[in-house]
Amino acid sequence: MKTALLNADKIRLDGRKLDELRPVKIEVGVIKNADGSARIEFGKNKIMAAVYGPKEVHPKHLTKPDRAIVKCRYHMTPFSTDTRKNPSFSRREIEISKVIRQALEPAIILEDYPRSSIEVYMEVLQSDGGSRCAALSAASVALADAGINMRDLVAGCAAGKIGGEIVLDIDDTEDKEGEADMPTGIMPSLGLVTLFQLDGNLSASEFQKTFDLAVNGCMKVYQIQREALMNKYFGQSEPMQESNE
Amino acid sequence: MSAVKRKYVVPGDLVAEGEFRPIGHVTQDGNKFLSTRVGMAEVGREGVRVIPLSGPYIPRIDDLVIGQVVDYSAFAWEVDINSPFFGVLPAQSVFGREYSPANESLSSRFAIGDHLTCKIMSFDRTRDPLVTVSGPGLGKVDEGEIVKISPTKVPRLIGKKGLMIKSIEAATNTRLAIGQNGIVVTIGPSAGVEMVRRAIRLIEEEAHLADLGSKVEALFTEAESGTN
Repeated sequence: MKTALLNADKIRLDGRKLDELRPVKIEVGVIKNADGSARIEFGKNKIMAAVYGPKEVHPKHLTKPDRAIVKCRYHMTPFSTDTRKNPSFSRREIEISKVIRQALEPAIILEDYPRSSIEVYMEVLQSDGGSRCAALSAASVALADAGINMRDLVAGCAAGKIGGEIVLDIDDTEDKEGEADMPTGIMPSLGLVTLFQLDGNLSASEFQKTFDLAVNGCMKVYQIQREALMNKYFGQSEPMQESNE
Repeated sequence: MSAVKRKYVVPGDLVAEGEFRPIGHVTQDGNKFLSTRVGMAEVGREGVRVIPLSGPYIPRIDDLVIGQVVDYSAFAWEVDINSPFFGVLPAQSVFGREYSPANESLSSRFAIGDHLTCKIMSFDRTRDPLVTVSGPGLGKVDEGEIVKISPTKVPRLIGKKGLMIKSIEAATNTRLAIGQNGIVVTIGPSAGVEMVRRAIRLIEEEAHLADLGSKVEALFTEAESGTN
């Protein structure tokens, strides 16, 4: 039986409007032992991201003489889903690790760290759809926290189609019952797309509308990422204006 | 003092637009300069730069660093200098040009676990940095306690013309050897070392704020009145 994803007033199952994001919260520097870390709550998603490095590459043959390599690990804890998830890596996790790596690589200035590796670990504590975008957003904040040279942050957010309407930020039920899901990751200041996937069918005009909406969502996530970083590093303080050197 | 405009930035933030000279931690996109780090952006006469507030130590030639011997082969020691890259200390620079692995053993001079004060001889990022221990003040660290600070905050710990380090040394009755890689060797009475540790924590937390000197002074006077 299909669930009705929208009511007569076009309000979604969890009470959101069509273009409304789930509440997003990001906390920076939550893991002491990592070089950089962040924790994101994206609706019911709870994800920890930790960054180690740059450090020497193991195994050695993966070393690139002119730049760093990025290793990404997206993993879901056994208790992150409603029925226990096998803790070993699934096809899906391997895929997400790869797309997140490819979404982060253009943002990191890899040439600044030759012969080294940057390791990004994302652990999903609780999942509720759209976790790849949330993990990506957290990972990019963790990279900034680690003090790795980056061209820009990467903000991720999905849009899609449910009940014939284009909506922002698809959750788990909407993903399963809906018609299309478009996870998108962008570098907001540079205006470049680094993650783009589409599952489902959309007409050309729907496609454009969904993409624009996803980018809009990314910009909102970006603001939250910025605030989180600013809060961790500067609190409420004002920049000092006299030179100290 | 030139008029320097400062603002807080995160990666991707616009630092300045127009004709400038990039000094550090900025990337260019057309005529826009974007920050690559979390830190304080400065736009001045000399150019634009971002003073980062976090990040690893990247070796620079002539830097004084404090490292720990982690390994040695027949020809060189490998020194962990708190950086993505290991320091290489060639045996010849310690034993002299005549060095032969048949006559001398590297472990007779520096063992694994020893701390060394060394200088970066050369580093071009295609190879690991070469370090040396020949020079005044360089060599094995015989005494003292290791205190760590984020490498990006070392300039604040040293202060203008070494003012901060001098005031800390005077107030705590200790001697500090500060490596640019964020490793600090503190020599002195244990109460003094403890105070240094607290001062370093304070500097680390408030490195982006002005008036750090008087805050550290306040920390010392407060501690003094507490013990009396």
